[in-house]
Amino acid sequence: MKLIIKNLGLTRASQAIVSDISFKLQAGEALIVTGENGSGKSTTLRGIAGLLPLNAGSVKLLDETGKQFEGEMREYCHYLGHQNGMKPALTVRENLDFWQKFCGNADMTIEEALDEVDLAHTIDLPFSYLSAGMKRRVSIARLLVSDRPIWIVDEPTAGLDAHSVKMFTNLCKAFCAGGGILIAATHLPLGIETEKTLEIGR
Amino acid sequence: MFALLKREILLSIRAGGGALTGVLFFLAVVSVFPFAVGPDTKLLTHLAPAVLWIGALLASLLGLDRLFAQEREDGSLDLLVMQPHPLAITIFIKAIAHWLMTGLPLVLATPLFGIMLNLSPLGIGATMITLLAGTPAIAFIGTVGAAVSVKLPRGGMLISVLVLPLVIPILIFGVAAITGALEDPAPFTSPFLFVCAITLFTSVIGPLAASVMLRHSAD
Amino acid sequence: MTTETIKPSIWAFANPTRFMGFANKAIPILAIITFILLAVGLWMSLNAPEDYQQGYTVLIMFIHVPAAWLAMMSYSVMSISAIGTIVWRHPLADVSLRSAAPLGAMFTILALATGSLWGKPMWGTWWEWDARMTSVLVLLIIYLGLIALAKAFDEPSEAALPLAVMTLTGFAIIPIIKFSVDWWNTLHQPASVSRFDRPAMGPEFLYPLLIMALAYMAIFFTLHMMSMRNEVLSRRIRTLKMQVARKPKTGEA
Repeated sequence: MKLIIKNLGLTRASQAIVSDISFKLQAGEALIVTGENGSGKSTTLRGIAGLLPLNAGSVKLLDETGKQFEGEMREYCHYLGHQNGMKPALTVRENLDFWQKFCGNADMTIEEALDEVDLAHTIDLPFSYLSAGMKRRVSIARLLVSDRPIWIVDEPTAGLDAHSVKMFTNLCKAFCAGGGILIAATHLPLGIETEKTLEIGR
Repeated sequence: MFALLKREILLSIRAGGGALTGVLFFLAVVSVFPFAVGPDTKLLTHLAPAVLWIGALLASLLGLDRLFAQEREDGSLDLLVMQPHPLAITIFIKAIAHWLMTGLPLVLATPLFGIMLNLSPLGIGATMITLLAGTPAIAFIGTVGAAVSVKLPRGGMLISVLVLPLVIPILIFGVAAITGALEDPAPFTSPFLFVCAITLFTSVIGPLAASVMLRHSAD
Repeated sequence: MTTETIKPSIWAFANPTRFMGFANKAIPILAIITFILLAVGLWMSLNAPEDYQQGYTVLIMFIHVPAAWLAMMSYSVMSISAIGTIVWRHPLADVSLRSAAPLGAMFTILALATGSLWGKPMWGTWWEWDARMTSVLVLLIIYLGLIALAKAFDEPSEAALPLAVMTLTGFAIIPIIKFSVDWWNTLHQPASVSRFDRPAMGPEFLYPLLIMALAYMAIFFTLHMMSMRNEVLSRRIRTLKMQVARKPKTGEA
C-alpha cells in the first residue's frame, strides 16, 4: 500500500490556505505535520481525508501492484478531528458499538479497545460523565474497534496527560508496525522509527 | 444501517424525550385553536382535519434543524460522511428515525385530539391514515432544509420557512383525502394516492439532494 | 479530585440522609392511611344514593372531583417547592418539585378522563370546550411542559432553578388563564350545554366526597414521598457513577 499526495492545494472561503504539498508514504510509515497555528494543518488533513474538495493536485492510494484502490480515499481512513464524534447521552459502549457497526471491518472488541486506553471500567457509563481527557481516549478507542489502513489524526493528544500520551504513542507504533499509514498533526514527535515530518508554512 | 437507526432512536429517547415534546407541541397547537375560533362544536368538527394537519405539520418541523447541526457540532458528521455506503442511505435512515420519533407519535396521538375536536370515528381513521402516509414526506424534505442550513447557528426558523412551502401539496391532498372520506361526492382514494406518491418521491429526492449538500458543506 | 467532581455545593446544605430515614419510616404509615381512607371512601361512594337527574353516573363525581382538586394541590406543592429552591436553594425542594410534577400530571389526566366519561352521558360528546375542562387541559399542558423541561437537562441539579422559575411564573399566570378561559367561554356560551353546578350538595354526597378527597391527598403524599426517595437514590447512583468514571483505573483504586 502506498499513499501518494501530489501538488495538493486547498482553499477555504475562496482563500488559498495551502498549496503544492507533495509526499509519498509507504505502508508502516508515519507523517508528522507541523506548523504554526493557522498554517493550515487541519485543512491539509481534512483535504487528504476527502472531507474538503481539492483545489489542485491529487490524493492516490495504490496497492502493492501499483493499482489504485477502488472507491474514495475517505473509505480507507479513520479521521480523528478536534471533536470526538461521540454522543454524550449514550454510554461509552453504545457509542463505540455504533461506530464499529457503522464503519464496518470490526477489529478489536469494544472491551479490548477500551482496555488499550485504560477505560475498561467506564464501558457502561454515559459518555457525558467522563472528563475531557477520558473522552479523547474513548475516541482513540474508536480507531481501534474497526480496521482501516490509514489513520488521519488532528491534535490527537489534546487534553491527554503524559501517561495517556505515551499510551497513544504506543498505539500508533503498533498500528504502523502492523502496516498502517499514519498522518498526524501534532507538536510532539511520536517516536516512530519510520517517521517523516512535513512542515507547513504560510 | 440498523446500528444507525438504533443510535438515532436511543438518542431521541435519552435526550429530553423528543417524542414527548413533539406530541406536547401538537397538543398545544390543537388546544389553542378553539380559543381563537370559539368553542362551537360544529365549526370545530368542520375544521378538525385542517387543525390536525397543521398541528402535525408544525410539530414535524420541530427538531429538524438539529438533524445534522448537532452531528456537525460534535464532529460526528465528518465520520458519517467518510463511509463506503452511500451518504443518501445514511440520510434516509436518519429521516426515518426522525419520523419514527416525532411523526409516528403524532399519528398515534391523533385519535385523542380527534375526540377533542369531536371528529367522527371515520374522520379520525382517515386523518390517521393520511398523516401516516404524509408526515414522512415532511421529514424527507426536511433533510434538505437541515442540510443547507447545517452551518447556520440558528437554522430552525429558516428551515421552517424553506420547508413549509414545499410541503403544501401534502397538506392539500392530505386534507382533501379526509374530506373525501367524510363527504360523499368527494373522492378519498385519488388524493390519498397523491399523498403516498409525494412521500415516495421525496424519499428519493430529499436524501439525494441532502447528500449532495452535505458532501460539499464540509469545512 | 473527588471533591471537585461530586458537585457538593447543593448536597452540602442538607444531608438527605435524614430525609431518607424519615421517608423510610413515613412511607409504610402513609400507605396504610391511604389504604384505609380509600377503602372507606370507595365504600361510602358506592353506597351513595342515585342522583335524581344523573342516575348512577353521579358516582364518577367521587373519582373526578377529588382528582381535579388534587391537580391543583399538586401545583401548589410544586410552587411551594419552587420557593424553597429559589430562596433557600434547598436540594430537597428541587427533588420535591420534580417528583410532584408527574403526580400532578397524572391527577390532571385522571380528572380530564373521568370528566370526559362523565360528559358523554351528560352532553352526548366526550369532549366539550367547556370553561372548566379547558382550564384543566391548559393545566395539563403546563405540567407536561415542566416535565419535559426537567428531562431536558443532563445534570439534574442544573434543572433546579429553571424549573422553579418556570413553575412560579406559571403559578402567577394560572389565575389569569382561568379568568380568561371563563371569559372566553361565556362570550361563546353555546345554549345546548347544561350546567350542573348545584348551589348545595346533600350530605349523602358531601361526606363520601370529602373522604375521597382525603384519600387522594394520602395517595399523593405517599407517592410523592416514594418518588422523592427514588429521586434522591437515583442522584446518588449518578454521583457514584461519576466517581467511578473519574477514577484513574479500577485496579489501582
